[in-house]
Amino acid sequence: MTEVGTYVYAITREAGGSPPADLTGVGGAPVRTVEHAGLVAYVSTVPLEEFGEEPLRRSLEDLDWIGATARAHHHVVESVAETVPTAPVRLVTVYSSEEQVSDLLARRHDDFVAVLSRVVGRREWGVKAYAARETAPPPAEEEPTGGDGPGTAYLKRRQASLHSREDAWRHTAAQAERVHTTLADVAVASLRQRPQDPELSGRTESMVLNGAYLVDDDRVGEFTAALDALREREIDLELTGPWAPYSFTALDLDTAGPEAPDAP
Amino acid sequence: MTNPARSGYTSPQGYGRGAPSGGGSANLADILERVLDRGVVIVGDIRVNLLDIELLTIKLRLLIASVDTARELGIDWWERDPWLSAQDGELEEENRRLRERFAVAEGRRAGRRPLDAREKASGAREETSGERSPRGRERGD
Repeated sequence: MTEVGTYVYAITREAGGSPPADLTGVGGAPVRTVEHAGLVAYVSTVPLEEFGEEPLRRSLEDLDWIGATARAHHHVVESVAETVPTAPVRLVTVYSSEEQVSDLLARRHDDFVAVLSRVVGRREWGVKAYAARETAPPPAEEEPTGGDGPGTAYLKRRQASLHSREDAWRHTAAQAERVHTTLADVAVASLRQRPQDPELSGRTESMVLNGAYLVDDDRVGEFTAALDALREREIDLELTGPWAPYSFTALDLDTAGPEAPDAP
Repeated sequence: MTNPARSGYTSPQGYGRGAPSGGGSANLADILERVLDRGVVIVGDIRVNLLDIELLTIKLRLLIASVDTARELGIDWWERDPWLSAQDGELEEENRRLRERFAVAEGRRAGRRPLDAREKASGAREETSGERSPRGRERGD
């Protein structure tokens, strides 16, 4: 018989709830709940031949596998977060048994309750800013003058173009800063993540802001209005969400957590 | 809840391409940075876990890719950008913490390869990552 593990997606506080009908997780397995002391863990069964440590080591080199697993994980988290305050658990957290999951809920009860109380009535929104495509025409070809050969002229043009590009960057970075500060004022909490690589973002323009904002549900209109007021020609703003509060439920159950999000 | 009308959302290409998932039209890059990097991290008492060092490898790879792209453009503003420099500092600090935690976890597990052998293995993968595309990158248009 195949050895199996219990894969954990998310923790919520609403005991007595049940997963949305027909909700499936990684590998298409049905999602079920483990309840203990007023907390609920959403879990499914996974084969250890795929989710054991050694198979995972290989799978982590495979972006297709990571992508499919991340989407399945995310699908469960979002389905749960649609209805109740939710603390997402990091990708590929696998226990030996449901009993172990119950133990976790018992031992870390207060931590989970504290995290969940922070996100009640709030959702996470993502805002990314891209430097708009350069629209300036290239410098006109100049006739070489006063001893500058074509090589020197080319180098000068190249230098000028680099300088102006850097100036444009600085300007854009300052705008990104302003966008973040303005949105953070409306949000309960916020943080800046590293800009994504173009290959991942799927856009050729450079990302200058990759922000996450925890926003009260009754202030979302205000948040999007603030965002729209910030739209300018040189910077392209993209809103994503609502997300489960991934960026604001950091809870490291062994050591001190990572840096706290900016306080408002 | 509905998305605001002017979300500015454009369907991304590359890894971002794919069917919308639970959270609406989320692209894979946004999902990955959240599921890998955020949320509740449980270590120490579980049967299996995505190893921190592997996670860090992925994150570093993404960061390095971003920096290389900028460098090709002749831009080194991030080296003087206080926010980005701070991020680098955080990454080093995070790296240090993860190594410590990993060493502790290592000490609790019997019959495993030593940490530095493991690091050599992931280091070797790092060195070849530029030449060898992971499966999934080889997408013809």
